[in-house]
Amino acid sequence: MAHVLTPSSSTLPVRKQPAAFAGTWVERLGWAAISLSTLGLIWSLAASLIASRHFPGPELVFAVLVREAQTGMLWTHLGITLARVVTAFVVAMLIGGAIGLLVGSYKTADKFFDSWLTLFLNLPALVIIALCYVWFGTTEATAVTAVAISKIPNVAIQMREGARSLSKDLSEMARVYGFGPWKTLRHVVMPQLAPFWAAAARSGLALVWKIVLVVEALGGHSMGVGHQIHSAFQSYDVPVILAYALAFIVVIQIVELGILQPLQARANRWRR
Amino acid sequence: MAALDVEAQPVPVRVQEPPLDGSIEPLQVRVTRKSFPALGGREELTVLKGVSFDVAPRSFVIMTGPSGCGKSTLLNIIAGLDKDFDGSINLGHRNPKLAFIFQAPRLLPWRTVKENIALALPTGDPRHALIPEMIQRVGLDEAANAYPERISLGMQRRAALARGFILEPDILMMDEPFVSLDDPTAQSLRELLIGLWNRRPVTVLFVTHDRTEAVMLGTRILRLAPGSATIVQDETVGLSVQDRTDRDKVLAEQKRIFRTA
Repeated sequence: MAHVLTPSSSTLPVRKQPAAFAGTWVERLGWAAISLSTLGLIWSLAASLIASRHFPGPELVFAVLVREAQTGMLWTHLGITLARVVTAFVVAMLIGGAIGLLVGSYKTADKFFDSWLTLFLNLPALVIIALCYVWFGTTEATAVTAVAISKIPNVAIQMREGARSLSKDLSEMARVYGFGPWKTLRHVVMPQLAPFWAAAARSGLALVWKIVLVVEALGGHSMGVGHQIHSAFQSYDVPVILAYALAFIVVIQIVELGILQPLQARANRWRR
Repeated sequence: MAALDVEAQPVPVRVQEPPLDGSIEPLQVRVTRKSFPALGGREELTVLKGVSFDVAPRSFVIMTGPSGCGKSTLLNIIAGLDKDFDGSINLGHRNPKLAFIFQAPRLLPWRTVKENIALALPTGDPRHALIPEMIQRVGLDEAANAYPERISLGMQRRAALARGFILEPDILMMDEPFVSLDDPTAQSLRELLIGLWNRRPVTVLFVTHDRTEAVMLGTRILRLAPGSATIVQDETVGLSVQDRTDRDKVLAEQKRIFRTA
């Protein structure tokens, strides 16, 4: 009868809190500063040893970053790319989530769509991007569509696992107590799916922004971080490539630390 | 665990006839056959056969029998959770309010005790105002804003009781709700249940394999036989409300009903 003691934990994914060993905010920040400045030092040292204009040191890259920021180019391109990332991300999470819930909840749908998911999961992003541009032309919608299609199978597969692991015990409780569809979704289903949402969102963000850059480079868009990196690549201007890459990593980290992680912590606050 | 029992004294009986919705027809159970399909090498399993009985409104009916005799299955069928059976169930009300207290508390772990109780009620229901009083009655004052996984199993079961009672159900179904608790905690919860039921007698269907618990709580006991279960004994418990907290009287009645050692 030991299972009676843990009515829900057996059916829910157990997530270890990284904060358990990461310590306080100050401690984490301290470690990040130490490890990043060490990396910068190694980079600087390697650059001065190699002494090639194709391997600039952090000082030069930082100077380029400041220059681009002062002209305002950096902010324009970052903003445009971020807008594309956010749009594609939201579209992929919504559509992928809906497909995942559908195939996770209905056996017939799962049997039918399983091979579709496998197919799309293994379709290279490059192929999706190329086909989208050939079929729909170079438009903003094409860029977002291509990125979203690349991400949807991942989200769907993660959300399918979530839907499969929904607690039957709690569904029965909701039925007996007459929760109705909206109340069941909000109080019973969504909280159980939250860890799967969080996992899909975090891996999704990392994937989506990389694909957006490829889309921007391939699609001949005149704006965006991907376009800047592509044109810098044509003149082998490595400092610009690194400057834009670094800037966008910082943006994504801010989204991750400032939005996704607090949301995840909030969704997990009931855990023991 | 000691802190649990502070509020668990039997509640004094308040004479108050609770308004019951709808007609007061008896609940009718007619299960001709219930079987589980063959699965993973196991043959088809018939758990219930010809189980038929009526339940008078406001009676406290115990369904008891050895493990695996189909008592929980029967309760799920009556609650409408299991619709795959031959026969019919008539709950005796046009729109009965059901409450089910499960073997595991089945609280939503991401909602506090108070929120869990509130969720049993429709939004905007006037009974939301009664929640603090109910929380106090089951002795969960200090745990009202705690998440279920952070309180003891005994406290979780109290919360599940409160959730069932706040609804003021027409029919209350309970599936071994006090199993796997230590004796004093289980006893205090039984007394709590008697108190709550005396305040507002509703039709109760209570599954247990604990004979003392059966006699202490029930006004009527249905014994199910193992195997393809049928009812083998249908007995009225001859104990008054006061008798039920008297250990000797409960044991004597238990001996009379179950006869065996």
